[in-house]
Order: sequence, then C-alpha cells, then structure tokens
Amino acid sequence: MKLKIIVLAKQVPDTRNVGKDAMTAEGTVNRSALPAIFNPEDLNALEQALRLKEQNPGSTVGLLTMGPPRAAEIIRQGLYRGADTGWLLTDRLFAGADTLATSYALATAIKKIGGADVIIGGRQAIDGDTAQVGPQVAQKLGLSQVTYAEEIEKCEDGKLTIRRHIDGGVEMVEAPMPIVITVNGSAAPCRPCNAKLVMKYKRATVPMERTEGMEYAGLYDERPYLTLNEWSVADIDGDPQQCGLSGSPTKVKAVKNIVFQAKECKRISGCDCDIECMMKELLDEKIIG
Amino acid sequence: MNNVFVYCEIEGTKVQEVSQELLTKGRKLANELGVELHAIVAGTGIKGAVEDQILPYGVDKLFVFDGEALFPYTSAPHTEILVNLFKEEKPQICLMGATVIGRDLGPRVSSSLTSGLTADCTQLEIGSYDDKKSGNHYDNLLYQIRPAFGGNIVATIVNPDHRPQMATVRSGVMQKAVYEGESRKEVVYPEVGKYVSDAAYVVKVLSRQVEEAKHNLKGAPIVVAGGYGVGSKEGFDLLFKLAKELHGEVGGSRAAVDAGWLDHDRQIGQTGVTVHPKVYIACGISGQIQHIAGMQDSGIIISVNSDPDAPINKIADYVIVGTVEDVVPKMIKYYKQNSK
Repeated sequence: MKLKIIVLAKQVPDTRNVGKDAMTAEGTVNRSALPAIFNPEDLNALEQALRLKEQNPGSTVGLLTMGPPRAAEIIRQGLYRGADTGWLLTDRLFAGADTLATSYALATAIKKIGGADVIIGGRQAIDGDTAQVGPQVAQKLGLSQVTYAEEIEKCEDGKLTIRRHIDGGVEMVEAPMPIVITVNGSAAPCRPCNAKLVMKYKRATVPMERTEGMEYAGLYDERPYLTLNEWSVADIDGDPQQCGLSGSPTKVKAVKNIVFQAKECKRISGCDCDIECMMKELLDEKIIG
Repeated sequence: MNNVFVYCEIEGTKVQEVSQELLTKGRKLANELGVELHAIVAGTGIKGAVEDQILPYGVDKLFVFDGEALFPYTSAPHTEILVNLFKEEKPQICLMGATVIGRDLGPRVSSSLTSGLTADCTQLEIGSYDDKKSGNHYDNLLYQIRPAFGGNIVATIVNPDHRPQMATVRSGVMQKAVYEGESRKEVVYPEVGKYVSDAAYVVKVLSRQVEEAKHNLKGAPIVVAGGYGVGSKEGFDLLFKLAKELHGEVGGSRAAVDAGWLDHDRQIGQTGVTVHPKVYIACGISGQIQHIAGMQDSGIIISVNSDPDAPINKIADYVIVGTVEDVVPKMIKYYKQNSK
C-alpha cells in the first residue's frame, strides 16, 4: 500500500545555550538570539516515517513546519535524509502562537495538502516540553492518535501496530489509518544525511530566503525541485483570528529568571571531627534517627 | 457549574497517587474560589473499588464511568467522556497528572473545547490579571506556573477567556493529604453510552507490561542523591550503603543517569521525580536548575562537594567540602557510632 506520510517538525532554539536576551518583553521567545536546531524527537519521528516509506514502496514523506523563513532548514534537513517534499508555514500572523493556535495552523495546512495516511511528529519540542501539538492536531482533523510511540512494528490492511513507551512499561496498540503518531525520544535515532541528497538539495530555498543578486539564482528556473513550498495564512485558507497570538487562549502573565537565594549554611571540612559533629547534631535534633 | 474538576487516573482499580495529590490541591483551589471539588474516573469494573480512594480527599461529587474497554486507557473514549461531561458541567478548572495518560488526554480535550492548557505546572495559585491590550481586568484566575525554556525561566500562564482552565502537574509535585473538612461525597454512575460513541473505540490495546516502581524514592524521608561527581557505578554503591543505614532511598542527577551509573527511574529533577524528603544529601551534584526544581523543597539539604562554589551549596544547610569517597564512609561510620 502506498502511503502518504507527513512529518511534523519544528526548528527549536537550543535551550542548552540560553542567553539573557532570549525572552522578549511580552514573555515570548526571541528566537533570533539563539542557535536553532532540528527538534530532537522530530528526528526520531522522521526516521520512523522514512522506514515506513521504505517498507511500502511508492510512499512519500513530506515535512510540515512552521516558523520564520530560516526554518526552511528543517525541510532541507529532511530532504537530505530521504524525504520527498516539504511545506513551510511562514507569516507574521502565525507568530506568538501557543499550542492550540499552532495545531490550528498545522491541521489547516494538512487539509490544504489533501490529508495523509500517517501524520507523525516528535512527542514534544525542547523549547516548550508540552507534548500538546500532536494530540491537538489529531483532534482538529478528527483522527485517532497514538502518543509516546517507540516503533511502528507492522503496517497491514490499513492498520498499524505500534509499540508505545508508557509509565512503568510498554504497550502494543493497533490503530487504523489515517492516524496521528507522536514519537518518544527512546525510539531509534535518525539516519545521517545522505551525501548525494545534500549535493542535490543544498541550494533548495523558500522564496523568502532569497536575496536579489544572490549566487545560483539561475538554478531555480532550471530545477524546480529547488523551490520549497512557502505558505502564508491566506495560502492555506486559514482564519487569521485562530492563528498566532490572537488564536491563543493561554497568555503569559509573567516571566522571571531564576535566581537562587543563598541560605544561611554551615560550611564544614571533610575531617572526621566535623562530620562526627554534624551527624551528632542531626541525631540530637531527631532529623535523622 | 464553575467547579474545580480533577481527572483521576487508574491502573486496574488502583487510583494513581498523582491524582490524589491533585485532589488535595484541587480542594484548596475550590475552597479559595468558594466552589465544589468534583472528580472523574473511568475504567472497567471499577464501581465499588475506587470510590474510597477518591472521596477522602475532599471530593463533593464523583463521576464514575464504568464500562467495557475503558481500561486500558485509549485516547478517544476518555476524551469524549470529558468533553461531553464538561459541556454539561462547565467547570472553571480541570487538573490532571502530567503522565503519559494526562499528556495524551489533556491536549485532546483542550482542543475540542478550545480552552487553554498548560503542561507540567509546578505551582497553581489563584490571582487576578490585567490584560494590557484589551484593558480587561480578571479576578480569580488560575495562575499556572511552570519552568520553561529548559528550566532557565519560570513563567506564569493564565487563560483569561476560555474555560475550563486546564493544567497538568507531574507526580510528586503536590502533596496529598486526606481532607479534614466537610465535603458532600456524592457519587454518580452515568451511563457510558450516553457520553462515548461506538466509533471512539478504534485503537485497540493488544498487550501491555507495566511494573510497579521498584523503590519509593518519591515518598522517602531521606534521599541520598549522586551526581557526576560520584565518578563511577562503584561510587554509587557507597551511596546505597549510606541510604540503607539511614533508611532512605538513592536518587541521582540526570548526568549520573546518562553516565549509566543509576537507573532512569531514579532521576531527580524537572524531567524526573520530584522529591520532598526531610533530609536530602547531595553527593557530587553541582546543582543545575533542572535538578534543583526536583528537590528544592527538601527539609535539610546537605551538600558533599569538592567544589566549594558549586551552585547547589547556595541552597544547602550544610556544605561539606570534600570528595564523596572520603566523606560518605565517614558519615556512615559516625552515624553507626552515635545512633542507638
């Protein structure tokens, strides 16, 4: 069976390297101040998608992402690993979205694409850790969902058998397609980029990334596959009221940086007498016993 | 109308501790708002088996949905129960555990009702909010407070206009306590078929293997925790020895777990277990914010670290400057000598 697979992927700030200017005054993330990476669990999802494609000849994998023009890098990274196509949702109207407004945009784009048999993404993104977008997309499309997936073990008769990583164990479930799947970080890691595909797609861009007089501009007429899909709210027939900040029920009231208050503490050396004193003190005060 | 709801999670007929923790928190919020605390539980063969595990936590009304194929949990039937019940009951707040189930169910319900949901809250409070853009003032909103951005900031989230205000909370973050005040303790058993369509049962659970936790790290009064500074798996043997003497449990930082010295289910921190022991002994732990988030409410904090300026020392009550292999055996020795 030929499958149409859409991978939901996000470019995220590398939260391991967060500086002072990382937050705006409104309490949303200032993405331009941070190094951007492919969200790790979305790579696990891409791997599951590519395996499904290989096991079902004739299948296609497309990456759907939302972000500023530079997030087209996510689509390129997917193409380098064997995906067939991609769509970047980029528009100022999408900005400041919480999970609900994000899932509205993604679900609307998926309808515009014409749906899919399998919609698969990472369990959560490292900049928010919410794990909400996958299930919310599923709900908006009226599809069933399997979250915390570790491996798609079987694809037969329009049904998938999926192993999930649940609290304290594992679970095998069977679910009919079309379906939304979110993949856990404990799943197989993603394959590396393929050198030939990197050569083929390294100049692939969305129109907004291009500048006047840029090198290789002539290539884009010759090789249409180097032009990636770039969609605005209007392109997906979206309702601007349900996108971005205006479509977000949650608001950030306050944000504070973390500062530890130094406590009064007893500093002691590692010598025998000091430690004996401390243990006696703890015993006398019945703190331990 | 306008009550506080808690979704109770079960394994078989056992109500999960995280749900009882949320009932205790939900009771406090309901008291502050002057409304009732309602609870929902859904499963198979649970009638008569779960009520006593839920009602003592201050519940005014419990909805028990007992039907075929409601256990093991799958997304759609439980979503339909909550969505359809909420359309009737119109709660103002809904809490659930930030577990695999809660994080599967919460977003689906919030998307159906177009209400806001905040994941992994570490504090919940009631307060007011002024929306600068619209100029509207709101009283009695739920402040959903959580670390964000890899633990570098703490954000307070509100849902001014949409109901219910939904939040998930990880296990161990709140503390459960049987309610000493009066509550109505009404129990109802709605007919499942009125809430769940036949089409909802599309995902089938073929098999599952779930093990009970092998230890009681979360509830231990004394925790001995190790970080990268412990240096080896053998180093952790010393910590287990100390924990055994003190009748405590062993935990560790993410660095120690990633190094393979400790099982994953013993990780303490924002992405692991949150602990509130009487005594927390941090051995060779530098004190990353994500780790601190999981232990900062401990009673007495003792830090054993060769670095006198380790960040964790700022929140410690005792700082012992020395290596783990030197200090920990001495602690064992002098504990044995001085305890009767």
